[in-house]
Amino acid sequence: MFELLGIPPQALFGQLLLGLINGSFYAILSLGLAVIFGLLNIINFTHGAQYMMGAFIAWMLLNWAGVGYWPALLLAPIIAGISGVIIERTLLKRLYHLDHLYGLLLTFGLALIIQGLFRNQFGSSGLPYQIPAELRGGQNLGFMFLPNYRAWVVVASLVVCLATWFVIEKTRLGAYLRAATENPTLTQAFGINVPLLITLTYGFGVGLAAFAGVLAAPIYSVNPNMGADLIIVVFAVVVIGGMGSILGAIVTGFGLGLIEGLTKVFYPEASATVIFIIMAIVLLVKPAGLFGRAA
Amino acid sequence: MAEISIAAPPASPTEAADHAALHRTLFIALAALLVVLPFIPVIGYPFFLMKVLCFALFACAFNLMLGYGGLLSFGHAAYFGFASYVSAYTAKHWGLTPEASILLGTASGAILGLAFGSLAIRRQGIYFAMITLALAQMVYFFSLQTPRFTGGEDGIQAVPRNALLGVLPLSNDTVTYYLVAAIFMAGILLIYRIIHSPFGQVLKAIRDNEARAVSLGYRVNQYKLAVFVLSASLAGLAGATKAVAVQLASLTDVHWSMSGEVVLMTLVGGMGTVFGPIVGAAVIISMQNFLAGLGAWVTIVQGVIFVICVLVFREGIVGVIGKWLKKPL
Repeated sequence: MFELLGIPPQALFGQLLLGLINGSFYAILSLGLAVIFGLLNIINFTHGAQYMMGAFIAWMLLNWAGVGYWPALLLAPIIAGISGVIIERTLLKRLYHLDHLYGLLLTFGLALIIQGLFRNQFGSSGLPYQIPAELRGGQNLGFMFLPNYRAWVVVASLVVCLATWFVIEKTRLGAYLRAATENPTLTQAFGINVPLLITLTYGFGVGLAAFAGVLAAPIYSVNPNMGADLIIVVFAVVVIGGMGSILGAIVTGFGLGLIEGLTKVFYPEASATVIFIIMAIVLLVKPAGLFGRAA
Repeated sequence: MAEISIAAPPASPTEAADHAALHRTLFIALAALLVVLPFIPVIGYPFFLMKVLCFALFACAFNLMLGYGGLLSFGHAAYFGFASYVSAYTAKHWGLTPEASILLGTASGAILGLAFGSLAIRRQGIYFAMITLALAQMVYFFSLQTPRFTGGEDGIQAVPRNALLGVLPLSNDTVTYYLVAAIFMAGILLIYRIIHSPFGQVLKAIRDNEARAVSLGYRVNQYKLAVFVLSASLAGLAGATKAVAVQLASLTDVHWSMSGEVVLMTLVGGMGTVFGPIVGAAVIISMQNFLAGLGAWVTIVQGVIFVICVLVFREGIVGVIGKWLKKPL
């Protein structure tokens, strides 16, 4: 076996794969944040809690209703999305005329409530969720062992991200969405129901977060705190990438995941902070973010 | 930033003097209250009072930035918590006297504020909040990973209360309480002075209309950085004092939930008011004491208060009282 800078390739590729998986979650979550921010002008602090909700809904569907992984992959985002629609209709829409910061504060409060409720109900030790039977085991690629489920997570995230990009950039619905992001009043004057579009966008963003949560459930244990620290990293990802571009969010998410994985191999102590350090460097060199436009 | 301010109409010179007289009376009343508080039964526990005062100073420091500079920092726990570690560490392992360790803690808050502030002011609004939060999370991970300095999960416990200036022993909670009360009063008087200085006027101008302040020739970023450093230093002063008073520095103090708590205190009391954060801190700390046995419910109650405040109570307790009296408090 060859060695790279004293690192066995098994470890290197294993960590890179793990980084790619984290990167998938960063990409899906920052994509959702960017889509929501584009139309609602609100940074959705509840995003981490909604990611956690996705994992818990999948767990509840399995343990309380006997519904397995594959239906949950569709059902959990829908259920979470509906809860998002309710939040938007009852709470968020009262804030659109106020400063952006109130949206951040409100969604922060919501995140505290949701995390607290789940912690009360399920404790904070974490619950196991089995990998679905079809995806157990793995492939031996010669230089590393590739667990099937992990490969699936990366592929599924890529497909969902690219599908979102396609819908927003290439379809009529996406054109409405982009128009409403650019100028909601004018878009409404053309007869497009912008409030409905806003509600659906928030529901969709929440659904994306929940989808990531279901994907994560078999890898990490299902835990009420699983989204709390993740959302802060995703904020850093969003600052690095800038929220102006869909593809930018996807590329930044996956890229930073990979860098984090590499750091785990070469300098594990810094792996928790490397993304924040990159954020600081990007702020020094290109304050608007890698894909951002100057405000 | 227009809507975040609780804008007082420009006061005429006589009104301004009127307000200054009212504030002076309130400060004297507050000082008198601080002197007698330990003798009042039921709430007069020096330990509880010290905690409230430290958090009140923390919230006032935070409010200096949010209420008067229009800058929402979501990472103020970093300065508070890091300073509390520095103060606890130097008191325990170097045997420094309280005033020295508190000064060192405050200085560490200032340095951290200078470093993070110069990064964060490169972006505005919502990005500013996210950047401060992310940078603070870095301090949290640093604290988690350096148990030799921070004591890791255990924190730095049993911080000694060495003799003040090497002569006055902080032998019991009541003596320490008066030290904390003095630091608190000095802190909020300094903040009051900053708000009403020409520097403070420029800050408010930037808060209300940044583009206009730029066009008037003010170097906006220098003002923002200055208020960031001042706010971080005062948050550091609060944290460093807390470590001596409560004799503990722990990971809780640097965690993002602490950053959220200080936002909540300011919001409940009234952002952009002089006395609001003090009231807010007293309310939130009392509530935590009251609900301490209920575990995760404390988080839920805090979340509910957040939501209610943002939806229907944006002016906060003191903001509403000020509106009744038609005077800025």
